[in-house]
Amino acid sequence: MGGDSKYLGLAYVAPYIAGLLIFTAVPFVASFYLSFTDYSLMRPPQWSGLENYTELFTRDRTFRKSLSVTLLYVFMTVPLKLIFALFIAYILNYRLKFINFFRTAYYVPSILGGSIAVAVLWRYIFADAGLVNMAITAFGGEAVNWFGDPGNALFTITLLRLWQFGSAMVIFLAALQSIDKTLYEAAAIDGAGKWHTFVYITLPLITPVIFFNLIMQMVQAFQEFNGPYVITEGGPLKSTYLLPLYIYEEAFKKFHMGYASAIAWVLFAIIMVLTLIAFWSSRHWVYYAGDKRS
Amino acid sequence: MAEEITVRATTAELASARALAEGRRMHAISSAVRYALLAGVGFLMLYPLIWLIGASFKTNSEIFANPGFIPSEPTLTGYIEGWRTSTPYTFATFFWNTFLIILPKTIGTAISCAAVAYGFARFEFPGKRILFATLIATLLLPNVVTRIPQYLLFRDLGWLDSFLPLWVPSAFAGDAFFVFMLIQFLRAIPRDMEEAARVDGANTLQTLIYIVVPMLAPALISVCLFQFMWTMNDFLGPLIYLSSVDKYPISLALKLSIDTTEAFQWNRILAMSVLALVPALTVFFLAQKYFIEGISTGGVKG
Repeated sequence: MGGDSKYLGLAYVAPYIAGLLIFTAVPFVASFYLSFTDYSLMRPPQWSGLENYTELFTRDRTFRKSLSVTLLYVFMTVPLKLIFALFIAYILNYRLKFINFFRTAYYVPSILGGSIAVAVLWRYIFADAGLVNMAITAFGGEAVNWFGDPGNALFTITLLRLWQFGSAMVIFLAALQSIDKTLYEAAAIDGAGKWHTFVYITLPLITPVIFFNLIMQMVQAFQEFNGPYVITEGGPLKSTYLLPLYIYEEAFKKFHMGYASAIAWVLFAIIMVLTLIAFWSSRHWVYYAGDKRS
Repeated sequence: MAEEITVRATTAELASARALAEGRRMHAISSAVRYALLAGVGFLMLYPLIWLIGASFKTNSEIFANPGFIPSEPTLTGYIEGWRTSTPYTFATFFWNTFLIILPKTIGTAISCAAVAYGFARFEFPGKRILFATLIATLLLPNVVTRIPQYLLFRDLGWLDSFLPLWVPSAFAGDAFFVFMLIQFLRAIPRDMEEAARVDGANTLQTLIYIVVPMLAPALISVCLFQFMWTMNDFLGPLIYLSSVDKYPISLALKLSIDTTEAFQWNRILAMSVLALVPALTVFFLAQKYFIEGISTGGVKG
């Protein structure tokens, strides 16, 4: 708008700039600094160089366990959740009646899934005599010790996240609905079957959304806290002790602020590297309509 | 010549009619399969919630004995005793606390995000590109990195054990996702109305309040609803910042009741879990259109 000062826009974004500096940028730099210190709140941070990091990578067994559990958790949940979300969205995308009803039903868990109430519910339905085991025994199976066995415990936490596939599904569904129908008609005339149509038309056209969901789900999964904290408390044998739990306990139970910052930075570095790999590789598999490269 | 074309056309029509009939039969079968699949998955997904509601009216001995959701002898003990809690406070306190966090947080978010999105979408200013890049970067920045220094900051400000750390950052447009969503929404709205208002002598602030905000209303409602849900569900924030039980929101109170309730009082915890889900479910069902639209615009255009 012509006559306005070129600084007028800055006035509107000023709250954002202030918030960015105070609550994000300064803390971001500070946590990097703290990760090289020994700081337990009693006295000012003491510079300790790489000590925290060498401790983490050479001596800290809890960290090693926690890291491998976290990676396992993320690499299990993210692909499963995306595939499932896409699969259901694909089915919903046919002109079915009640599409809105199903969309709502599937979306409800995403709204509630992060809540403590649902984590509580999970504790009960996977308990020894809980709903899941009642169902298994009713069909003649043998009750499973969901929380006692380290392998099963992580699986129940994974299921809690899979259960919340609705938000990813809604995004997929919106993308599927925006695909130009004439492309499908053209493919049908050329004699393409359903599978070919899906692989060569549908998938390429929704790659931007797959990419978006992939990044978002990954960043979120790496930060999962409520589920394991409330349902399994990190156990048994630390089999669900995800890195955010470890950071929380180091920082806010033991007040090892320096050490906790170092763990947080390792987690951050992993997320960043994977995000960068995704961004870098996206040039080869993400197709933007109207983009000449592809 | 003309005849030939007509004949060809009819043959083509016949062929396509045959294909259509065949297609319809296939369609009937495959849509039956689809409905069955969708209903099955939907049932599996929603049954735990349905069971939860039923179980909250059961007696303790029935909870782990009856997989059905209809209680054999319905009772309200879970609700009555759960509401009382084992602390000196009732769940009324915890609901009130949750409300005291949500209210300023939602209002602060709506106002700050609307202003900031307006600034980004409608003005050119020095440093805009860099600032916009930081917005995208914060969208991807895991909170886990900034949490510890933020805690130290709020400790130095004397804000520990108060609600301030839980909502003040949001009032500075701290949730990049919402700013981004509103910018996307604003970009899709033509500027004619705003320009007309400016010609009529309105300044930019008046334009924002009287022209832009009403047009942004659906997106702003989505923002408020998402913020409401996320704050209801937030657990880690209160866990870190609140230490007195009289300030606990519902999420912390529920965790507390698991830790303190004797092992046999399952129905109390389940009953309070149901109550904890009621506000979120009510809001969702009243306004689901905004959720679905919000997530679709914020996501797809991103």
